[in-house]
Amino acid sequence: MNSKAMYGLLAEFDSPEEVLAAAHRAREAGYQRIDAFSPIPVEGLAEAIGFEWTSVPIFTFLGGLFGGCAGFFMCWYANVISFPLDIGGKPFNSWPAWIPITFELTILGGAIATVVAMLALNGLPNPYHPVFNVERFAHSTTDKFFLCIKSHDKNFDLQRTKAFLEGLKPHGVFEVEE
Amino acid sequence: MASEGSEKSVVAVRPDPLHGADPLLAPGQTLGSVTEKISSIVIGKGNTTPGWIFGAFISFCLLMLLNTVITLLAIKGVGIWGINIPVAWGFAITNFVWWIGIGHAGTLISAFLLLLHQKWRTSINRFAEAMTIFAVMCAGMFPLLHMGRPWLFYYLLPYPNPMWLWPQFRSPLVWDVFAVSTYFTVSLLFWFVGLIPDMATLRDRATSRIKKLVYGIGSMGWRGSASHWARYEFASILLAGLATPLVVSVHTVVSFDFTIAIVPGWHSTIFPPYFVAGAIYSGFAMVLTLAIPLRKYYHLEKMVTERHLDIMAKVMLATGIIVAYSYVMEMFMAFYSANQYERAQFVERMTGQYAFVFWTLITFNLVLPQFLWWRKVRRHELALFLISLVINIGMWLERFVIIVVSLHHEYEPSKWFMFFPTRWDWATFAGTIGMFFLLFYLFIRFLPMISIVEMRTLVHETSETGPHTSLYPVPPEA
Repeated sequence: MNSKAMYGLLAEFDSPEEVLAAAHRAREAGYQRIDAFSPIPVEGLAEAIGFEWTSVPIFTFLGGLFGGCAGFFMCWYANVISFPLDIGGKPFNSWPAWIPITFELTILGGAIATVVAMLALNGLPNPYHPVFNVERFAHSTTDKFFLCIKSHDKNFDLQRTKAFLEGLKPHGVFEVEE
Repeated sequence: MASEGSEKSVVAVRPDPLHGADPLLAPGQTLGSVTEKISSIVIGKGNTTPGWIFGAFISFCLLMLLNTVITLLAIKGVGIWGINIPVAWGFAITNFVWWIGIGHAGTLISAFLLLLHQKWRTSINRFAEAMTIFAVMCAGMFPLLHMGRPWLFYYLLPYPNPMWLWPQFRSPLVWDVFAVSTYFTVSLLFWFVGLIPDMATLRDRATSRIKKLVYGIGSMGWRGSASHWARYEFASILLAGLATPLVVSVHTVVSFDFTIAIVPGWHSTIFPPYFVAGAIYSGFAMVLTLAIPLRKYYHLEKMVTERHLDIMAKVMLATGIIVAYSYVMEMFMAFYSANQYERAQFVERMTGQYAFVFWTLITFNLVLPQFLWWRKVRRHELALFLISLVINIGMWLERFVIIVVSLHHEYEPSKWFMFFPTRWDWATFAGTIGMFFLLFYLFIRFLPMISIVEMRTLVHETSETGPHTSLYPVPPEA
């Protein structure tokens, strides 16, 4: 065990309420570098582990803005600059006709930016992560909830942290190898 | 909480959607049990049943028929179909509008109802979304095949070309290219995002190495971290917010294909809302056509309950009434406008050579669905299944009437022409039905047909510990 680097300690719980309470207790005890894993989204758990806000909506906005501008510009450029056709003196820049394409490309840009930003900010795809080394962790996608205190936390001490986690009455505490 | 006695007073007490006598989820479910139930359909042993093989085989044969048609089409051209001038659109565009309309219910369930916090969508949204994607794939085939030279499809796209030409951005047919391809891409993204945590579940529960590897790649290394969930949920809501106006815009743009032309029977401002309502109508009919056999065959009655069937039937009834209003208003405007060509068009529809199609459509879309006013019918599997089939056919006939009947009777008698479908018209249509069902058979065999994460969330919300999760914040009881 000692030959390998330690990623942190993992404690297993039965319900979202228990893991939420445990996360709050860990923060109160001064731990900063913690993470929690759950099979369902748990309200308040992200805040409890120190997650403050996400920039996903900013990327959605920028993606939509880019898509919309690009769509309108494309139609305008094609019909006014690149290939103007005089049809009975009608205006080249007949902008109402560009709206459907502008709208569709706004949505397309926004949606692609949202998904890419969500995955990128989450660090996904990520084929390897130390928590997968714990065999019990496979249950985190069914019905178990996990709290992890990482070893690079400045308050982390293998024995004391282990004792702290055991004090939270978990199902079990596991050492996570790097 | 709604007590037994107060259920009749509809105004005063809103029935609790989760508890009570008629729940959305049968009692006694746990996080583990719903996960086990749904994932075992995919990764359990003995799931390639004779019934599945038989259905998939029939669908595969129809898909091969489609390949035959496409080959013949490539050799001989669109002349193998019954189309000519003036009825140049025929079955191909009828099928296109029909398929794309079917797709709309899936997006409505997955996006619009998510924004409205409708919990009943939980157990049907995954396969409704799959239905959307496969239906849009079938829809997309038709304009491409109808071009006659589908290998030149890229002429539709703006790309730098040596002819120095652009697509006609003022044409609704080009708007359609953008609308349909955006719709397909966004639906696929939304569906995939929903599948990520479910594929992580399958990865962790699968026993064979191949399955672990495939689902592991699909899950992208999802580990359910709280900060990941937070971003994931935010992204889901944003995608739903983007997909909701998109779904309305797609059928609006499809209806522009008709309204912007000056053909009598097409040139009408009521078309966009009328088409969107019709799309949702036929889409819910297709969801029911798929859901009723699925829940029976895979014993999902505890998750897709009678209440779900009831609610979907009500949505069909409501959109059916909007469609009925549109029919009546369309006819009224034809007479009120005092335009002789409009009038002649509608007289032709009702009394002309295709009158039997029109009256079948009225019977199927307007008359027979009125049985849905009865609660007994809405909760009777077989009756509801038959009505959903009838509506599917009726909505197909509606598009046939709009396209073929309008075109066969334009302004001058010299442009009056009968359209008769050839066997290849029918074969193309049957081929796409085969493609749709084959994709659907593969989907239910290899991916969870109900969202596992959302079902777990629903289980947790209904458990005694009370709601504590945030995917669907509960509005305060009235």
